[in-house]
Amino acid sequence: MRIANVRVISQAFFLVLFIACLYLATAPRIAGFPTSIFLEADPLVSVAVTIATGHLYHVGATGLFLGIGLLIATLILGRVFCGWICPFGTLQHLVHWLGFSRSAKARIDGNRYRKWYWIKYVILIGLLVGAAFQILQIGLLDPIALASRSFTDFVFPVIDQGLRLLGLGGIAPSQTPVFAGAWLIGIVFFTFLLMSVVIPRFFCRAVCPLGALMGVFSRLAVWRIHRDVETCDACNLCLKGCEGASDPHGTLRLSECMVCMNCVEDCPCQALSFKFLPPSESAKPWPDLSGRRAVLAGVGGAILFPSLRRAGATVPLSGSPGWIRPPGSHPEAGFLARCIKCDACLNSCPTNVLQPAGLEAGFEGLWTPILDMRVGYCDVTCTLCGHVCPTGAIERLTPDQRSGKAERPDGGEGPVQIGTASYDRGRCLPWAMDTACVVCEEVCPTSPKAIYNRKQEVVARDGTKRVMQRPFVDPKLCVGCGICEHECPIRGPAAVRVGSHIGTI
Amino acid sequence: MSESVSRRDAIKRIGACGAAAAALGGGALWLSGRRPRGAAPAPWALPSWAVAAKAGAPDQVVVRGSPAKRLVEAALEELGGIQRFVVPGDVVLIKPNAAFDRPAWQGSTTNPDVLRAMVAACMDAGAAEVLVADNPIHVPEGCFRKTGLGKATEEAGGRVWLPRKVDFGPVALPGTVLDGWSVFLEPLKRATKVIGIAPVKDHNLARASMTLKNWYGLLGGPRNQLHQKLDETIATLAGMVKPTLSVLDGTRILISNGPTGGSPEDVIDGSVLAMGIDGVALDAFGATLLEITAADLTYLGMADRQGFGTSDWTSLDTREVTV
Repeated sequence: MRIANVRVISQAFFLVLFIACLYLATAPRIAGFPTSIFLEADPLVSVAVTIATGHLYHVGATGLFLGIGLLIATLILGRVFCGWICPFGTLQHLVHWLGFSRSAKARIDGNRYRKWYWIKYVILIGLLVGAAFQILQIGLLDPIALASRSFTDFVFPVIDQGLRLLGLGGIAPSQTPVFAGAWLIGIVFFTFLLMSVVIPRFFCRAVCPLGALMGVFSRLAVWRIHRDVETCDACNLCLKGCEGASDPHGTLRLSECMVCMNCVEDCPCQALSFKFLPPSESAKPWPDLSGRRAVLAGVGGAILFPSLRRAGATVPLSGSPGWIRPPGSHPEAGFLARCIKCDACLNSCPTNVLQPAGLEAGFEGLWTPILDMRVGYCDVTCTLCGHVCPTGAIERLTPDQRSGKAERPDGGEGPVQIGTASYDRGRCLPWAMDTACVVCEEVCPTSPKAIYNRKQEVVARDGTKRVMQRPFVDPKLCVGCGICEHECPIRGPAAVRVGSHIGTI
Repeated sequence: MSESVSRRDAIKRIGACGAAAAALGGGALWLSGRRPRGAAPAPWALPSWAVAAKAGAPDQVVVRGSPAKRLVEAALEELGGIQRFVVPGDVVLIKPNAAFDRPAWQGSTTNPDVLRAMVAACMDAGAAEVLVADNPIHVPEGCFRKTGLGKATEEAGGRVWLPRKVDFGPVALPGTVLDGWSVFLEPLKRATKVIGIAPVKDHNLARASMTLKNWYGLLGGPRNQLHQKLDETIATLAGMVKPTLSVLDGTRILISNGPTGGSPEDVIDGSVLAMGIDGVALDAFGATLLEITAADLTYLGMADRQGFGTSDWTSLDTREVTV
């Protein structure tokens, strides 16, 4: 079989596997499958999160070790991942195969190296320097995180809704999840995809920080594409299918080559081969990035990210933000040093309570998970989000750890309290409108209940006396699950709402 | 052009690739074993900074009169001299009450003349360094400036240590409300002797703020939550810090609107200073200056029951002098 066909099969296999992992990570299908394997095997995630936290997060021998493993493979074989595995790369490949010109001349021109392809290295350097300041923004552009987020928040809900409209059932078990602001996530995703119609693999070649990282690590590759100048008749047909725009017709740009093997197939003279230790002079080992630009990128990142944080474009440094993070989340600063906005947690959440933050969690918090108790509630027995989190931003809890029966990884005691409910007595029916209610108390899941009632005698407007059950919160027992807020019958802002954990001692 | 590489070149290239792979793998293994940045360090149990008793010298002294400098000197003399507490080479940490950005006459902070005299005495005794530290409620720079405590420290040869984020760490106090609490640890870790100097103040919630409550100024974290269990916290502080010496600065007494004061009517001239090794006893004595009794201060009883001192100050060998 032609090697390029083997590659196509590999690409198809990994794209299907990627989508299958996302599909299987949705409650209630999730059943111990390693559904976050793509995110864990992403070297940019491994490297950047390790820089941000000073620690390589791992679960036994897996976790972010996988990304290091892939980086070692890249050292030996070059950017095989980009050409053979990356699902976002494959999608772009598919888009330009469908949408780009069929003419050989147009394709040769489209696959020529453009001198601004160095931009991805600047992006990489800026993001990694930001990570060194514990400001982790790789998730905005990391292709795996971007694809995971886009499928979860936009593609799946749209397909699900479409299937339901056609009467074909749906992907989601009960009803289509909704994600606030998913339109923007979708626009970013499809803009990058459709750019492939203009320039094949525009994102991979010019933007992708993961590709840039692997480009740097390709430098020492012992197997690579080699052109035999004696055999080559300079027809340039090797550019026809060159995914990386890596100049196989000249001196190979090793950092750009995605090892797609198309040049080897397309060469009419068999001048191109994938060779063990070819002569050094047939490739340029380093990316085409001037030292001046590299330094400016580093300095830029060192100025941009900390000043954004200082300038309040990000989170309050007080450590008690007004939004609620999933159970097991690190305190805000540590959370932001780990969260890659892949939204795997949103995908796994059975109640849809997890939502991608817009700017309400600060610029840094864009598309990180926050809880919207009016959309869903946090099931107190559920710990799925931590189990799919690839970086440990949400720690893995067992249900017993969450309920406080077993020792918690954060060393805290008692149940995990993600927030505390409090009453808006001006909106609450028994408090303000002499109307019986206490749905909140009924649904409160803790035992004993954190929400309890006191019988109080009130004089109604018509002068009659009656006894009202009025709800109160015990802040020691409240875990902030938000089912009270979710079930509160008051429209608009609920009469009982969950805010940051109140922190009684 | 030759299509094959030389053996030397092949070894070099395979070696470089292998070395890079090994470095990456080794680095990953090492990094996987490191503590994550921001993870809480191991809690630190504070040592005792107390010194041995001195034969013939009392453990507590009450000096009346003025000026403040003279009161400090006389008190030290009665206790057996500063040499009993500070030996050459000591790093002395003095913890005044610098809680508020307010002038000294308002009586909400330690009298700078008392601090100056104590810093000077420690320097005279041959201290290598005298550190003056507090984690005030108001902005630290302003507190040390307006109270005069910063200037007094520097004039006497000491050094003000303003609290920085990195100076705080968790304290080990198992079974107490403060276990794992963030404390202004760095100066404590440096110190070989610790001296507290607290004013005598009315306090809205605790009733009185004196030498024991003064240690509250070493706490970081969300210490505003500790008002939910204030007496328990103060009693715990009495066991957390075992100082070399405690000073109760009654040169001014804040009798109302505490602990901030703000008006001349809130302050009276106390002209008294007590010094000793038992903060619980000193506070029991201090209660009398506020015209209450030790029994009115719940935390004194709690501290006494836990064996951190005696709330019956008269039971101690106390010398009373007037200058």
